[in-house]
Amino acid sequence: MPSHAQPAALSRAAGSRSRSRSPMAAPQSFLWTRRIILAFLTAFVLLPVYVMISSSLKPLQDVSGKFHWIPSGLTVKPYLDIWDTVPLARYFVNSLLVAGSATVLSVIIAVFSAYAVSRYKFRGKRVFTVTVLSTQMFPGILFLLPLFLIFVNIGNSTGIALYGSRGGLILTYLTFSLPFSIWMLIGYFDSIPRDLDEAALVDGCGPLGALFRVVVPAAVPGIVAVAVYAFMTAWGEVLFASVMTNDTTRTLAVGLQGYATQNDVYWNQVMAASLVVSVPIVGGFLLLQRYLVAGLTAGAVK
Amino acid sequence: MTATVTTDSRTEKSDRVTSRGTGGARRRLPRIPDRIRQGGLPYLLLLPAVLLELLIHVIPMIIGIVMSFRRLTQFFIGNWGAAPWTGLDNYKIAVDFNAPIGEALLHSFFVTCVFTFFAVGLAWLFGVTAAIMLQENFRGRGFLRAIFLVPYALPVYAAVITWAFMFQRDNGLVNHVLHDQLGLTDQPSFWLIGDNSIYALIVVSVWKGWPFAFLIVMAGLQNIPRELYEASAIDGAGIWQQIRKITLPSLRPVNQVLVLVLFLWTFNDFNTPYVLFGKAAPSSADLISIHIYQSSFVTWNFGTGSAMSVLLLLFLLVVTAVYLLITSRGRKGADA
Repeated sequence: MPSHAQPAALSRAAGSRSRSRSPMAAPQSFLWTRRIILAFLTAFVLLPVYVMISSSLKPLQDVSGKFHWIPSGLTVKPYLDIWDTVPLARYFVNSLLVAGSATVLSVIIAVFSAYAVSRYKFRGKRVFTVTVLSTQMFPGILFLLPLFLIFVNIGNSTGIALYGSRGGLILTYLTFSLPFSIWMLIGYFDSIPRDLDEAALVDGCGPLGALFRVVVPAAVPGIVAVAVYAFMTAWGEVLFASVMTNDTTRTLAVGLQGYATQNDVYWNQVMAASLVVSVPIVGGFLLLQRYLVAGLTAGAVK
Repeated sequence: MTATVTTDSRTEKSDRVTSRGTGGARRRLPRIPDRIRQGGLPYLLLLPAVLLELLIHVIPMIIGIVMSFRRLTQFFIGNWGAAPWTGLDNYKIAVDFNAPIGEALLHSFFVTCVFTFFAVGLAWLFGVTAAIMLQENFRGRGFLRAIFLVPYALPVYAAVITWAFMFQRDNGLVNHVLHDQLGLTDQPSFWLIGDNSIYALIVVSVWKGWPFAFLIVMAGLQNIPRELYEASAIDGAGIWQQIRKITLPSLRPVNQVLVLVLFLWTFNDFNTPYVLFGKAAPSSADLISIHIYQSSFVTWNFGTGSAMSVLLLLFLLVVTAVYLLITSRGRKGADA
């Protein structure tokens, strides 16, 4: 890259301060604007987080009366009670099974599809990518009822229980994350030099060998990003979960909502339950967010 | 070129190339046409995705369109093929704006438009601003970035339930601040029923939605070549000028896709209003998805509900097509 060579001294100076926008110091007007904006956004984002955490540690009379910023006393009782008030553990296991299976399947299927689109020329390629992406814009409400009817009818005629089962929900959720995952992985795979997998082909790997020994290891950040996205999609979905599950297969999305719409809401317990179901996913996300940004940079944003 | 020269250059090339692990050796193989070598493999690789998309999206959508031409009331749920055809009756009911059903649909459509305009506009503004403010490195940058992504990571129901608690009239934080602490209102207001509910919905939607815009713009910023900033700094451009002249124009392609995606997600949003208000959304926040859901599952009239869904899909298709047409023309104009 010869263009780099010319202002070499300059890029060295800039490089020593990583990601610096310019070697010049930013003026005070910018620094103050930045402080004010970032302070506002931080407060906006953290307000509900504070309410969730502080209320989950309050005794019941604290959350039934007027709101107070500072709890009158701290108690962990809500965290012990939530497991008895609603079958939270069962919802948790259901959500874990559904979201986990949907994620694994979605990632595998997306890897195959993205590999085909990224590495092969074939008829119908454009139709495939456009169709898959356009399913993202369908209003969920349009295919909710037909899908419900299809699942019921498949159950009646073949005995495969999709309606009310975790399997049906897994199939549904994995297609929700599939379009975006395929799209992102195509971009990611395109950025991996083709020479790498062609070398593997020459060394005697089949196309699948090249995919799993060369392309997949090189695309780990993108694949992690896609997995995070798929898991979050499945963990957070409400509409289909509310229609497609029964008492034994109910997920957190529906279970927690039923909790909060009772006549007498124990808000401290609701907040404790919300926190418990959020911690694993937020923690996992924050650990892996670097991959998500890297995956987006290479994949989606071009 | 003579044969000897070719051999020499080839050995030299493959020596150089092996260090990068490239397929220099491939050239020695007779070249097989792509079509024969790959066979049906790409189709096989796509098969699972295609089958699932067909089963979960395409076939149900076609059935949904068929259903919109039938009188599908609760009597026909078990055997929906027996529901009588009604031609365009369901559509006539949906768009008869003088009758209650049509009027309610039109109202819901307007509410959704207003909601989408503010929710998308603010989410986009917050996302772009935050990403630009975090572009340059400073102490605490990584920490703030993680904090800003928390609403995106939180499961939507956990976040929205917390907001529902904050918007409670008697024991919520919002009224405590506005009424008790700042004295802005004469008496505690209702936020989740009545006219105020649209504000509550917009606030929650922006809170939940802006980190996605932030994430995408942040990724887009990393693709702007640093030399642009360096060159402009030599020319004496300050940071404000750089943002206006380099950062914002460079983000245009990213923004075009981002705004479209935000629009589609927000316009179709079901989860936020459903968790915030429960099954019956207040009239001032009666978003179209909730409205159709209620028309279908509460009144058990699936034919009309399907007709409304098809109309919604047509509207989104038209808006998307027009948007893509305008933005792609704009992009071509910018390139020329």
